[in-house]
Amino acid sequence: MSERTIIPFGPQHPVLPEPIHLDLVVEDEKVIEAIPSIGFIHRGLERLVEKKDYVDYVYVAERICGICSFIHGLTYCMAIEELMKVQVPDRAQYLRIIWSELSRIHSHLLWLGLTADSFGFESMFMQSWRLREQILDIIEETTGGRVIFGSAKIGGVRRDISSVKMDEIMKKMNVYRKDIAQLCEQFMKDQTVKHRMQGVGLLSRADAISLGAVGPMLRGSGIAQDIRSTGYSGYDRIGFTPVTETAGDCYARCMVRMREMDASFVMIEQCVGKMTDGPIEVKVTGNPAGEFFMRSEQPRGEAIYYAKANGTKFLSRLRVRTPTFANIPPLLATLAGCQLADVPVIVLTIDPCISCAER
Amino acid sequence: MGMLSRSPWVIHYDGSSCNGCDIEVLAALMPRFDVERFGVVNTGNPKHADILLLTGSINEQNKPVVLNIYNQMPEPKVVLAVGICATSGGIFRECYNVLGGVDKVLPVDVYVPGCAVRPESIIDAVVKGVGILEEKRAAFKAAGKA
Ligand code: SF4
Repeated sequence: MSERTIIPFGPQHPVLPEPIHLDLVVEDEKVIEAIPSIGFIHRGLERLVEKKDYVDYVYVAERICGICSFIHGLTYCMAIEELMKVQVPDRAQYLRIIWSELSRIHSHLLWLGLTADSFGFESMFMQSWRLREQILDIIEETTGGRVIFGSAKIGGVRRDISSVKMDEIMKKMNVYRKDIAQLCEQFMKDQTVKHRMQGVGLLSRADAISLGAVGPMLRGSGIAQDIRSTGYSGYDRIGFTPVTETAGDCYARCMVRMREMDASFVMIEQCVGKMTDGPIEVKVTGNPAGEFFMRSEQPRGEAIYYAKANGTKFLSRLRVRTPTFANIPPLLATLAGCQLADVPVIVLTIDPCISCAER
Repeated sequence: MGMLSRSPWVIHYDGSSCNGCDIEVLAALMPRFDVERFGVVNTGNPKHADILLLTGSINEQNKPVVLNIYNQMPEPKVVLAVGICATSGGIFRECYNVLGGVDKVLPVDVYVPGCAVRPESIIDAVVKGVGILEEKRAAFKAAGKA
């Protein structure tokens, strides 16, 4: 038996924009075990509910993660709206879906770039980020922000999109959809990509369930679970089926995300078709009381918000479980037994977002 | 223009940010903003870097990591604090695990406000940083160290 060595991976590592630390126990080139240590970006923002009132906290919730910022803010708002029995107007719900799906598209493009970069496919990285800029342009035109939108609020949304603007956006979106589909095709058909991803980082269906995987990681192993099918925020009014793949390897997880991007375009189109004029917010008065669990589907998987309120301006407890956190145990399971050179690729196929995992 | 300012090498480390600023740092490398046309190279190795670009605030856990990266960088070096979190702690400054801005542990040369910062301001900051780098280098030379 060859000797065991421990190779530290991170917290500062070229493939990761964010710090996570893994101690990789290797025998020759084979990884026997991966031991994580996290907590580099822990801020402790759940406790901030004691200092910021429930209306202001939306801004903090948006800053849990800079990639799915809108969906974080939205989930928080939905939890409070449930507590306060607020019925959000239809138009606001459709707008929320549009922004959520735009976030999903830009997040998946970002992931595609980083994944391509992890095995040196530099030009794909550049291309996908170039397309992502165009999606960000639409976001900026409609919300004013590139990363942090600030457009979700308790009781509705803060901004409307005029129908003229909407037509303009839809015209652009049709072009982008084709561009993105073409890019995805190039990526998935590439021999090198297939070689690096097929059969790598296998997660079986049973493991995906028992280790509690979420999002594309779970759907890549053949389980059709997507929280959007619970129909929150008006998702029940637009046609939707979860995207699944059965292989359970890195390639399948990529495939899921690629197909989801396309599905997001379809959803946005449906929302625009169904949207009618009307108010975009309702006035919210009083303070929340009681407790509620809110689930939502982020680009990386299911996020859970638990809010407990006591009838004052300040919540007594907020708990956030983010998708990356849930995906760490399955990640460790898939890392065991892989080749050292595959570690960055496998880590990136869970689409890690450490900021939100550690909050 | 001096030797270093023609091609400053930048290392990026994420303190405890929300990721928003990190993504904008990466976006600055993309075709639209493309800092590489100015010779700015993003490196993963502190020993090659001239400019340390920090996003996010400082906490007990990442303090040694930040110091470690800083200490490995060769002199002269410049530190940029990018985003409101890095300059002061920003929205998270009241959190129990946030010590405050980067200047709590390192001497910061350029503060870049914004939440999230825009890639344009990051480029501006790097350009400013390069000027400071040159000054530091001149001082370094005058002191007879280089
Ligand atoms: S400044 Fe804002 S966007 Fe940047 S890391 Fe801090 S909270 Fe996130």
